[in-house]
Amino acid sequence: MAARDKVMSLTKADELAQKQRVISVAEFFSRNRHLLGFDNPRKALLTCVKEAVDNALDACEEADILPEISVVIYDLQNNRFRIAVEDNGPGIVEKQIPRIFAKLLYGSKFFKLSQTRGQQGIGISAAVLYGQLTTGKPAKVWSKIAPDRPAHYFELTVDTQKNEAAVHLHEEREWKKDDGTPKEHGTRIEVDLEGLYQRGLWSVDAYLLHTAIVNPHATIFYVAPDGKQASYVRVSDKLPPKPAEIKPHLHGVELGQMMKMLESTESRTLQSFLTSEFTRVGAVTAKEICENAALLPNTPPKKMSREMGEKLMQGIAKSRLLNPPTDCLSPIGEELLEKGLRKEINAEFFCSVTRPPSVYRGNPFLIEVGIAYGGDQKADTQANLLRFANRVPLLYQQGACAVSEALTAVNWKPYGLQQSGSSTPTGPVTILVHICSVWVPFTSESKEAVAHYPEIINEMRLALQDAGRRLQAYVMKRQRVAKELKKRGYIEKYIPHVSGALQEILGLSKADVEKTEKDLVKLMEKHRGKVDAEPEENEEFDEGLSLAKLEHEEDIPAEMEGDAPDAPQSGQQPDNPAEKGAQKTEKQPDSPAEGEAKKKGKKGVQRTL
Amino acid sequence: MSKKTLQEIKRIAREVHESIQKLKQPKLQSPLRSLSNVHYNAKDGYFEIGKAMKSRMLTASTIRTFAQTLRMMALSKNLVETDDIATKREAYYVSKNWGEARFYEQMESDTIMDDIEAMLLVNREQIGFIPEEKSGEVAGRLTVIDKDSDTGKEVKIDCTKMGSGAYSIPSSVEELQFETNAEFILAIETGGMFQRLVKHNYWKKAKCILIGMGGVPTRATRRFIRRLSDERKIPCYAFTDGDPYGWLNIYRTLKVGSGNAAHINEFFCVPNAKFFGITADDIEVYKLPTHPLKEVDIKRVKDGMKNDPFVQHYKEWQTALKKLVDMKVRAEQQALAIHGLNFVISDYLPEKLESEKSWLP
Repeated sequence: MAARDKVMSLTKADELAQKQRVISVAEFFSRNRHLLGFDNPRKALLTCVKEAVDNALDACEEADILPEISVVIYDLQNNRFRIAVEDNGPGIVEKQIPRIFAKLLYGSKFFKLSQTRGQQGIGISAAVLYGQLTTGKPAKVWSKIAPDRPAHYFELTVDTQKNEAAVHLHEEREWKKDDGTPKEHGTRIEVDLEGLYQRGLWSVDAYLLHTAIVNPHATIFYVAPDGKQASYVRVSDKLPPKPAEIKPHLHGVELGQMMKMLESTESRTLQSFLTSEFTRVGAVTAKEICENAALLPNTPPKKMSREMGEKLMQGIAKSRLLNPPTDCLSPIGEELLEKGLRKEINAEFFCSVTRPPSVYRGNPFLIEVGIAYGGDQKADTQANLLRFANRVPLLYQQGACAVSEALTAVNWKPYGLQQSGSSTPTGPVTILVHICSVWVPFTSESKEAVAHYPEIINEMRLALQDAGRRLQAYVMKRQRVAKELKKRGYIEKYIPHVSGALQEILGLSKADVEKTEKDLVKLMEKHRGKVDAEPEENEEFDEGLSLAKLEHEEDIPAEMEGDAPDAPQSGQQPDNPAEKGAQKTEKQPDSPAEGEAKKKGKKGVQRTL
Repeated sequence: MSKKTLQEIKRIAREVHESIQKLKQPKLQSPLRSLSNVHYNAKDGYFEIGKAMKSRMLTASTIRTFAQTLRMMALSKNLVETDDIATKREAYYVSKNWGEARFYEQMESDTIMDDIEAMLLVNREQIGFIPEEKSGEVAGRLTVIDKDSDTGKEVKIDCTKMGSGAYSIPSSVEELQFETNAEFILAIETGGMFQRLVKHNYWKKAKCILIGMGGVPTRATRRFIRRLSDERKIPCYAFTDGDPYGWLNIYRTLKVGSGNAAHINEFFCVPNAKFFGITADDIEVYKLPTHPLKEVDIKRVKDGMKNDPFVQHYKEWQTALKKLVDMKVRAEQQALAIHGLNFVISDYLPEKLESEKSWLP
């Protein structure tokens, strides 16, 4: 019986072996689309726009161009949409276009450590793949690298079996802007896909608004599927300083990665390997590491065994290393962060904090926090939390994010907000948290939540507390003023009784009574001093130009409250897009003149797309 | 008198008005009426008000009472001008016309009224307000001469001819006149004891005037006894329960006045009154049945020792209070009934009258 089993299992194994084959990355992702943020139609639409816009911003900044980006979503009916994202960036050379847009895990960013929006090189090609899977249509790409060079037009799909680009059409085309003048340089991508458009917390509208807040140097035009338009106009002409690339830091390297690097290095000794491949390692440090690891500095890296690698790791752990340099970080800065908030949120009080750089696992990072308090914001809802990583808004999985942990670890009551236990605070407030790092640790490939490193949470907490203290000063002042006004109102109630009684006793004339009342008011003001009765007006608020502004505050769905890390399913969200569309902040597309007028002479408004 | 009151009201109102015109903080000041702001005037034998004042101004915490005080002064002015009166309760209801400045409780209006009294250094009858409270009852060798309110003719009230009832002291006693051949006044705490003594015509045998105070004596009762005692030169003896309330609240107020009415005590107390019983010694001598002292009784004794200038002035009272606390008991007037219902008439009172040294000052 044992023998028969053996025969049978062998046969079975053979059978199975015939079915086993290599799965292409592209095929894998086509079946596991949620890993990349395409879980449901609504999120898919957002993810496509997000990947394209992130790429556009990165490209512009890398080429020292002030970004001007247009995002248009067309409603093709039957749950199909076409997204078109166009930038004024440097363009892409002809032969790279197919690979960048239609080959997964192809990119410039994975192999270097620098603060960029994209990291892995999956995003935009995943969007193309998703489009082709849901509509069968290829993505259309235009790109032009200089005024005197032709624009290249491609129609592309991903060959999922080989993970290679399939070019359906490639031709040179004339590319003109809206005003008929030739486009100088830039890239445009159009993807048709199945999706769902809804306004609200997790919408394209919210994403673009948030992007505008943390990218005050960018101008973004947006046309929603229903034809409503919004413009987010830049308030700064200064590009953020270009983040420097750095080599990895030894504290951030694990054994497997170390072995790979040892294998592929061109250095001939362990010492030179350490000094040339890693940051903050000089000859002295390298020797110290070798000594602590009991390895000879002249050991050839390629001859290192796994055991020797392990000894090396132990040696590194024992050695003292300088923290990585932090000039590789490009924060938004307190001033610009506040400007960004001011133009998009109508509040009374703003403050921002940029922490000094810090390090987690050998990766430098830096936390920024901004607070907008009062104004149009509702007092009885939870604080509106905006999360950003390398200037990219994080919309989903708030509960699973390190930012939420830091936010609820802070006691907000002394700072003038309400908070029950350690929950999200309540009040008329928007709290913005930005992490920038050469490598932002996300909890998943869809880059929705920051991982819970204690160093990161601690820095976030410190920044939130610092901003909280500034908020406290303002809220206290406001409460004092409110209390004072209440007292004055109370005193004023009794003034007619004082004058009335005096009239009865002394037989005052009507004129005397009136004068007495006026004198009493004067007397009270003299006695009690002046108060700043009116809260500050936010003059920088760009009322006419934003679309999602108020809407994202209206619905605080379940995800914000609990720790439900799962993305919400489409159709379960409590927003009702149709009604909310009708807002004064929106313009109909057929009245461009009005829109132009509302831009109030801000710089960099003309459309050069 | 009423003219002076009017002038005073107008003077204060004018000061307030002038301050306002000069944009200076207007102020209404009245003496602080409380035990902490009185001292015992040993020479004249009453509680004299101290120098502490309370001010009402145009601040959030005092504007309401500031306005109410002025309103109340205006009401008082009208009452005096038209020779009318309002009871404290009526004044409270008048305030319901004052909108925001109306009173919510009569307590509030009573306090304001007392403040105005103190501010003007008059008594409330002079500013047109009368109390609602039930005043004392009188029986015995006294004829009160009053006036008929319609005809203005003299009316004589013979308190020996009240049968088993009594004459009730009116709220204003200033205009009354007295005829008497009594040898002393006996001021009695409880209605029950007063009834017993009236029933058996104790006043006839003892040649006295009986006054039932019914608890803490009202201002009118105090003033009535004071005038009677002063003008007819007859002593007053107080007969209360043997407990801290009877001694400190009833007797002390009768003799030297109260903290709350300190501004008028000079006239509204009976400095020559003596305490007759029931003393702590009586409890022992007459073997009276007792009740244990209550928490509030002990607290009252402690407060009195600490804060009451009257107790602080008289060693005898300190000793008596201490003794009572040590005995941990109290005894009521009616406890004398253990030796027979009329024991109080036949034995207790005659014995007390004889032994002056058993009295307390």
